[in-house]
Amino acid sequence: MRQKGMFQKEYFWRYLILLCGAAVIAVTAAIGIFLFYKGAGTFTVFGHSISEFLFSRDFHPNDSMTGENGTVGAAIFIVGSLVSCGLAILIATPLSLASAIFSVEILPKFGERFFRPAVDIFVGIPSIVYGWTGLTILVPFVRRTFALPYGNTVFTASLVLSVMIFPSITSVAADALRAVPQELRAAAYGMGCTRWQMIRKVAVPAASGGIYTGIILGLARAFGEALAVAMVIGKSRTMLTGLFSATSSLTTVIASNMGNTFDGTEYNSALWTMALLLFLISLLFIFAIHLLAKKGEMHGKN
Amino acid sequence: MERIKKAKLADACMTAVFCCVAGAFLLLLLVFASYVILRGFLGASPEMFTFTRKGMMNQLFNTVYLVFLSLLISAPLGIGAGICLSEYTRGGKLSELIRMCIETLSSLPSIVVGLFGYLVFILMTGFKWNLLAGALAVSILCLPLITSTTCDAMRNLPDAYRAGGMGLGATKWQTVSHILLPACLPRIFTGMILAAGRGFGEAAALLYTAGMSTDLNWSNWNLLSPTCPLNPMRPGETLSLYIWSSFTESTAANAQKAANLSAAILMLLVLVFNLLVRKLSQHIDRKSLGETVCSK
Repeated sequence: MRQKGMFQKEYFWRYLILLCGAAVIAVTAAIGIFLFYKGAGTFTVFGHSISEFLFSRDFHPNDSMTGENGTVGAAIFIVGSLVSCGLAILIATPLSLASAIFSVEILPKFGERFFRPAVDIFVGIPSIVYGWTGLTILVPFVRRTFALPYGNTVFTASLVLSVMIFPSITSVAADALRAVPQELRAAAYGMGCTRWQMIRKVAVPAASGGIYTGIILGLARAFGEALAVAMVIGKSRTMLTGLFSATSSLTTVIASNMGNTFDGTEYNSALWTMALLLFLISLLFIFAIHLLAKKGEMHGKN
Repeated sequence: MERIKKAKLADACMTAVFCCVAGAFLLLLLVFASYVILRGFLGASPEMFTFTRKGMMNQLFNTVYLVFLSLLISAPLGIGAGICLSEYTRGGKLSELIRMCIETLSSLPSIVVGLFGYLVFILMTGFKWNLLAGALAVSILCLPLITSTTCDAMRNLPDAYRAGGMGLGATKWQTVSHILLPACLPRIFTGMILAAGRGFGEAAALLYTAGMSTDLNWSNWNLLSPTCPLNPMRPGETLSLYIWSSFTESTAANAQKAANLSAAILMLLVLVFNLLVRKLSQHIDRKSLGETVCSK
């Protein structure tokens, strides 16, 4: 009798655990399906072409179910996202690489005890706090320094983003450097390399896979950030003309307009299409990371 | 000789550059954190620390309550999925699929999760903005974190634990629940704290799920009333949402100061949670070190 109860329990828990696994799959599938279903409406229901969505600058969707004379060109927002994130990566990558090298190669003990916890704290700071601090400090600062009428520019946004992703890249790059075997370093020193030569010719190339992964992760975080960017980018619906002009990005336009549209209208489905684009871009980043990992494995085998 | 001199000079220069960058980074962190915290608390008026319409404590309560609710949902699910991944579907096609889903979920922009939550938990259920919808959206964000920490913790346990359980005649679930799960409980706990830390600061996912208003009556304990603090079906503005709304629709005169205080409280929460995680993982390290010493 007792044994029978035991087997029932065994099967009960096995199915419950498998159900948890299935739930994870179900949630992911639901998100993907809803995004595709709602996002495709722009093309299927309202009959816009994909190239119009991607390349046209004309964004005047009609806030009605019929969508007469509406246009859904999202090029302004796509360019806004690309430029602000690209610039943020350009600023953050050299700096975070340098701090990763410092904490692993130059002062490893200090790096382990003080630098790493500090980076961890920085990673954990909510992005809204970065955004708020950027709005109250960086925006007036940029306006005064560059003598602009407004401080909310794409440049300010990429500064805030670069501070935000800097710790993420540093932490992954430092892990990659730490994983480089000690023998490689010893061999380089044994051949008479200086430390800088060893770092440049041995440690960084050996950790390059991990460093690229860190950069992609940083890029993904920057791309998905909505509110911190919305606070400093200016939210104007104009194509950006230079580093110091206000514009919008994909995330900010969704965040600030979703509440004003009704479900099923052309405007609404244009916003959903942008969300779908964000989803596809984040899938692309995962794919890139996997490619890098595979390449790293092949190098390891050779 | 000239070449060696040059190499040595370059080495010294680069060392100086690295030290400068790292020093600047540490300085930035110190200044940033202390500035946000000091500005928040020094600029706050006493009434901001009250549980009233003018105070920030209602928002703080909402934040904590929302994170608690979301952990209540995501922790069992995440731990279950982690066990599934590490013990029940090891190496199979199913495990590959779950792993892919976890990666997709963890890289999802939070605004996309917010939109999904808005559609499914608000529009499709027909409820007004409520805390539970916000908690569900945040638990989608916490789920991958908890699942992967659980799975990693279980994988890292020595196989002898499993063999030992089986050898004593325990079933698989008995081995999991009596041996493996207790052994990696501290690590799972660390993952949950990390997930909670992510939940505290979340704003984009809550924008269209948890709502931007809060109206509490602390003497009302009728769970069905919209002003009861513990009612999960009421709208609840969190600290990070307050910061956002003071940017978009600053109506109150002291909105900026209140937002500064919210940022300061969020910052403090991050610091406290970080210390907690560090202490916990140090404890785990010491414990596992002790175990290996004993086994020798």
